[in-house]
Formats: sequence, structure tokens, C-alpha cells
Amino acid sequence: MRATVLVRPKRGILDPQGEAVERSLRQLGFEVNGARVGRVIDLELGAIEPEQAQAEVERMCGQLLANPLIESYEIALEETPA
Amino acid sequence: MSASPGVAIVVFPGSNDDRDAAWALGALGADPVLVWHGEPELPAVGAVVLPGGFSYGDYLRCGAIARFSPVMRAVRRFAADGGLVLGICNGFQILCEAGLLPGALRANASLSFICRDVRVVVERSDTLFTSRCDDRQELVIPVKHGEGCWFAGVELGELESAGQIVLRYAPGDNPNGSLANVAGVVNDAGNVMGLMPHPEHAVDPLLGSGDGGLILASLVDAARDRVLTGVA
Repeated sequence: MRATVLVRPKRGILDPQGEAVERSLRQLGFEVNGARVGRVIDLELGAIEPEQAQAEVERMCGQLLANPLIESYEIALEETPA
Repeated sequence: MSASPGVAIVVFPGSNDDRDAAWALGALGADPVLVWHGEPELPAVGAVVLPGGFSYGDYLRCGAIARFSPVMRAVRRFAADGGLVLGICNGFQILCEAGLLPGALRANASLSFICRDVRVVVERSDTLFTSRCDDRQELVIPVKHGEGCWFAGVELGELESAGQIVLRYAPGDNPNGSLANVAGVVNDAGNVMGLMPHPEHAVDPLLGSGDGGLILASLVDAARDRVLTGVA
């Protein structure tokens, strides 16, 4: 099983990186109304049931991968290709 | 009193202000001991300092990895027993990540690394870390950080009313966009403090300011009291 964790600055929290990216995109002529910068963490979990993987990765997020005060996260699971 | 209280300064991989902290504390009458982060125990000391730097390369989030260092279990026990713990800059980030202090430190609003003197106002002089200061005293102490923007959610009001905001950047001198101009906080028990400015870089007027010495000397006073009374 593989897990992809998307960690984002929480809604409403100032994201200066996102603002800088937005400004730069505008300078390039792109029309954007907001940009937020987060981080992606890919995890290889070995042979594990999806429900168990979900619970395990939730715990990882709570304890290390995200800071719940300032960040939100999403978890996507997929089978490791044979 | 002539006793020099022991103060442990934890050295993480990537710490770089450990020796400055040791020098400053020594100059202020403490007996500094550098303690490698891999040590499972702390020596018998009156206080612990987590110094500035870039522990573990600031990977993931500043301070997020250092909190798992073996010595941090001992620091956690020391703090739970009422021991004095001061986190400076990266040390502050580590204490927040470890849950020993409220809030989180994020990238500066400007996204720039900022290295300059700032003016900070002492909100409370009745803490163990500010006893040598006067209420509302303005101190000049340098900051040097890229992630010093302190943030707290709804708990800010509680922290304010509990008097846990000890230092604030002076009006117009907030270098990083921190919420409510917060520069330093204490835990609810009052024995753990973190601050972004570097008091260890301001202990001699020859180097621009001696004001940081007031904070470190307060810590040394409190550490000495604890050693003499047998309360670690």
C-alpha cells in the first residue's frame, strides 16, 4: 500500500509563500486568484489493509507530518503496483 | 551567594548558538555544561537551555525532528518536575513542536531571513526569566531567523489573560509578522519559556547591547535558587 499525504497551511492562515507564488504567476501574465503552498509526503507502507493504513497514516499526521495548529492534511491511498 | 548553578545547554545536530549561550551564561555566573542531544539523561543542573540554530536542518518544520532526540525525554521530565527550561529561537521552535509551549512558529511574513536588533517590551517582570527587568522595560536584543512568526489560534485570548505573553516586539518593530507582536511566551506553570530574540548575543554593551543579559541573569538567579533549595 502507498499513501500520499498532502499537507497544507490551514484555511485562513497567512501563507506568505503562496502569496509570493501568486504574485510571480501574475508577473508572468497568468490570471490566478490565490495560491497556497503545501507539501507532499509519499509513503510506502508495505502489505497492509486500507483501513489500517488510513488509521496509521492519520496517527503519523497527528504526531509528526503535520502541525494541527497551522496545517491541515489529506491522505490518499493506492495499492502498490505488483 | 557564590554558588555557580549548573545550566545544561543541549547541542542538537545543527545547533549553532550553543557555545555563545555557554559563554554568556558563564559570564553571568552560571556553570554551563554542553549536553549532546543523544544523551538519555541530563546532568544535575538548575536549568536547561535549548539554543538557537538549525537542528536537523529544519527538515519538515523547524524543531519538528529535534523533539524526538533522546535528551528531549529527559527535558520533558525535567520540565514536568518544575525545572527551568529556556528555548531560544530554534529552541523556542522545538519547545512549541514538543507541546511544552503554546503556539507554532511559521515562516516570516516577509519570507526573508531577518538578522537585526529589535526592541522588545517586557510584559511581565514577575517571571523566573525576567526578574531582573522592569515591567514595560524596552530591551534591545537581536533576532536572526527565517521562521519566527508565532501563531496561536483561539487560545491567544487565554494566553493573554493568563499572563503567558512575556515579551512583545515594540510597536512598529515586529520583524516577522507574529500574532499580537508576540516575541516570547511561558507555559502555564511559568517554568518553561521560549523567545525568538537571542539574549546570548546581547550580554555585553561592547557588542551593541547588554539587555539580553537581564534575561539570562534572571535565569541564572532562578537556577541558583533552585540548586540551593534542592528544587531542580
